[in-house]
Amino acid sequence: MLIHASPHEVHEIDHVEDTIDFRGRDLLGMEDFTAAEIAAILDTVASFKEISERDIKKVPTLRGKTVINLFFEPSTRTRTSFEIAGKRLSADVINISVSNSSMSKGESLRDTADNLAAMRTDALIVRHKSAGVPHMLARYLPSPVINAGDGAHEHPTQALLDLYTIREKLGTLAGRRALIVGDIASSRVARSNIIAMRKMGMQVSVCAPLTMLPVGIEKWGVDYTSDFDAALQDVDVVMMLRIQRERHGDVLFPSLQEYSSRYCLTSARMRRAKSEVLVMHPGPMNRGVEIAPEVADGLESVILQQVTNGVALRMAVLYLIIGGV
Amino acid sequence: MGDQVKARVMDAEAIDRALVRIAHEILERNKGAEELVLIGIRTRGLPLAQRLGEQLTRIETYPVPVGAVDITLYRDDLKQRRSRPVHPTDIPCRLDGKHVVLVDDVLYTGRSIRAAMDALVDFGRPRTIQLAVLIDRGHRELPIRADYIGKNLPTARSEQVSVRLDEVDGENTVIILGGMDADTC
Amino acid sequence: MLIRGGRVIDPSQGIDRHTDVWIANGRIAFLGDGREMLQQQPSGPPPRILDVPGCVVAPGFLDVHTHLREPGFEYQETIASGLAAAAAGGFTGVAAMANTQPVNDHPAVTELMLRRAAAVGGTRLYPIGAVSAGLAGKELSEIGSMHEAGIVALSDDGLPVMNARLMRRAMEYGRMFNLPVLSHCEDQGLAAGGVMHEGVVSTALGLPGVPEAAENVMVYRDIQLAAMTGAHVHIQHVSTAEAVKLIRRAKAQDIRVTAEACPHHFTLTHEAIQQYDTNTKINPPLRTAEDVEAIKAGLQDGTIDIIASDHAPHHVTEKEQDYESAPSGIIGLETSVGLSLELYHQGVLSLAQLIAKFTIHPARLLGTARGTLAVGSPADVTIIAPDQTFVVDVASLHSQSRNTPFLGWQLRGTAVATIVDGNLIFERL
Repeated sequence: MLIHASPHEVHEIDHVEDTIDFRGRDLLGMEDFTAAEIAAILDTVASFKEISERDIKKVPTLRGKTVINLFFEPSTRTRTSFEIAGKRLSADVINISVSNSSMSKGESLRDTADNLAAMRTDALIVRHKSAGVPHMLARYLPSPVINAGDGAHEHPTQALLDLYTIREKLGTLAGRRALIVGDIASSRVARSNIIAMRKMGMQVSVCAPLTMLPVGIEKWGVDYTSDFDAALQDVDVVMMLRIQRERHGDVLFPSLQEYSSRYCLTSARMRRAKSEVLVMHPGPMNRGVEIAPEVADGLESVILQQVTNGVALRMAVLYLIIGGV
Repeated sequence: MGDQVKARVMDAEAIDRALVRIAHEILERNKGAEELVLIGIRTRGLPLAQRLGEQLTRIETYPVPVGAVDITLYRDDLKQRRSRPVHPTDIPCRLDGKHVVLVDDVLYTGRSIRAAMDALVDFGRPRTIQLAVLIDRGHRELPIRADYIGKNLPTARSEQVSVRLDEVDGENTVIILGGMDADTC
Repeated sequence: MLIRGGRVIDPSQGIDRHTDVWIANGRIAFLGDGREMLQQQPSGPPPRILDVPGCVVAPGFLDVHTHLREPGFEYQETIASGLAAAAAGGFTGVAAMANTQPVNDHPAVTELMLRRAAAVGGTRLYPIGAVSAGLAGKELSEIGSMHEAGIVALSDDGLPVMNARLMRRAMEYGRMFNLPVLSHCEDQGLAAGGVMHEGVVSTALGLPGVPEAAENVMVYRDIQLAAMTGAHVHIQHVSTAEAVKLIRRAKAQDIRVTAEACPHHFTLTHEAIQQYDTNTKINPPLRTAEDVEAIKAGLQDGTIDIIASDHAPHHVTEKEQDYESAPSGIIGLETSVGLSLELYHQGVLSLAQLIAKFTIHPARLLGTARGTLAVGSPADVTIIAPDQTFVVDVASLHSQSRNTPFLGWQLRGTAVATIVDGNLIFERL
């Protein structure tokens, strides 16, 4: 709703940049965003990163906004990142952890959404083990929904902060080559990154044992190999995913030792990669399983920068979606 | 905007002369350049602050720090505006005990200055905050006044004042763009 | 009763002509010019006359695959509401599956279901007995005594019979009573955890998928067992192109196999799941366009004998969960005819071929003499208007549940009258 107030001073009347308006939009997945929109979000991050460097890490922009962190799956890292982001923008952030059993026996998703709407919340950040839950909630909620991870489907803020980190370190995205390693089939981080990277013009390869490759992945414009050593040559970014031996009672490989020997990013393997390669991991890491400790802590690792950028990216997203709504 | 250019009130030379005068006034009031910090309000306040900084540094042979503040996150009118881009705020030093001179291109309702002062509060406690503007066009809505003024320009509310600077717009000029003749409030 | 002015199509007799149908004492009395019969009437109450110009008059439609949920799940559907939905859908008889609570693995439950249905009157209920006690897949249920109580076939549907040896025994034992085994073909090991077809869409949506091999391996197994035992196996809800191929080949080898397809499997593909609408969650799942084409081809060349609804009511709160947790199943009794008539409009099936899939073939499977308008048969009649638009809206549904992906659809063609034993139990003329 536009309020026609008395004309305020107009600073850039003839040179306002054509900014994309994200206000009121849901952030459910990278599949919903164009390359231009992704670039616009990334361009906003730097300003928010600066706020985290101040002594007093606060701006009043989201003062009086109520932001709900609704996590059906446990997660300290992502939830804390969103909580810090909201609080640095002066929003009131409420954390709700829902154990799965109470949801299936008690309140339906619809009731949860109706209750939140009745309490006039301004934004909902939701993580659930099942794909599609943020979409269902978004259908019932008038306020925006941000997907913090839905099953194996998408984790859009992770992909955005990963892209930002790559761009910050390498300067450009187009033409860069990324390699994602691990359980691609059940990884929402992999999916969101593949979609976003391809939109920004990056080349993406995945490396995993065949048991972890999703059906139809070749239709996504992604190369596949099960040979990690060969795949490492010439890539600009290698992203390691956390590994789990068992998934829904389905055993995907014989043992952690065997997986590790073939797919762990060790110093020896790093020698095959470019010297300026970026080592990334969405966390939490299984040190020694998918990534060797010295590589995780090494010079090429930007894992901690990912975390720093994560807070700034989430501040930017919250600002763009509910700032001034 | 599609409005007509009603009048050109300053050309490149006039802008330069005004800035030189303001520089001298700042030095006079503050008895020198020590403890001075110039903070430009983005977007066009920044190049003006940079020009002033060069002047002051040349006159006093003393390096005056220049920074920038982005007030987008502090505006009280985010809802009314269309979406605005956000740029970083860059404060070059702690502001405790300093004489901070905020620099902006046009002073109108005063709301941008209020937002800029809010932004500064987290960076320390200045000894004074002063305000230098290239154009004061009147119609204040808050109790804010400028200490240093390039040109006083009475305007109608329906008019728009456009400051164009080399660093941003490729030319140096100040013009008035007309809306309707009558006041529209 | 006189049904006047319609086009009578009865595949059991090879009839397709404009003629009237005269019903007396609950039986088909005469097919011919109704004016003669009217003139011959003795005094007494005048006969009911149904004028049905532009409509097709067929033998009563039979649905061989429904879940009426009673006893045990009355919050989803009862026998009364289910049979009301059946009548509104044009069905004079439905087969009710055994996955009730308690399971229909004992004559007491069979009798209960038959009694309830008789109390409702209207559409007839043909009970299907469980293959295994409690659907546990371990021991045979009380097949003989259930046969005496009135079951017409055996099925653990809802679940597959995973143990091949048990399936063999069920086929052999059932054969003694002429009871076909209706098989839900799903290898639970391969299907485990899957909630939709495993393919490019499931990968994009991040949902675990069921590979089509889960159905194909069991279809092949059951065909082999039927060949071995000489029993009649009926493959339920065929959903893959490969299954159609296997059945076609088996028939060519004279193995006693029949098959059914559900309207959703020849109408929708896995692309329909894009918005995570749980009303698209079905078992077996919606598959690819190639599978849909193969099913239509199978219907056309007779590989697939029967169209069945797999009417599976679920309460709205059960479906208002995330996609992985929501139960599988959609209602279908009231949309089956309309969706199937689409095949006629598309030129895939003639009206006679379509009607056969609802009448003579289901009748043979269920071992009933109905499914025909032969003079002397019980007067079960279904009248359809193949060009009348039917809007699927919540208010007009008779089922207690609302879980269908076809809400809001405008179907071309619908049943307009249902007659059982000469009684008009439903009409929207």
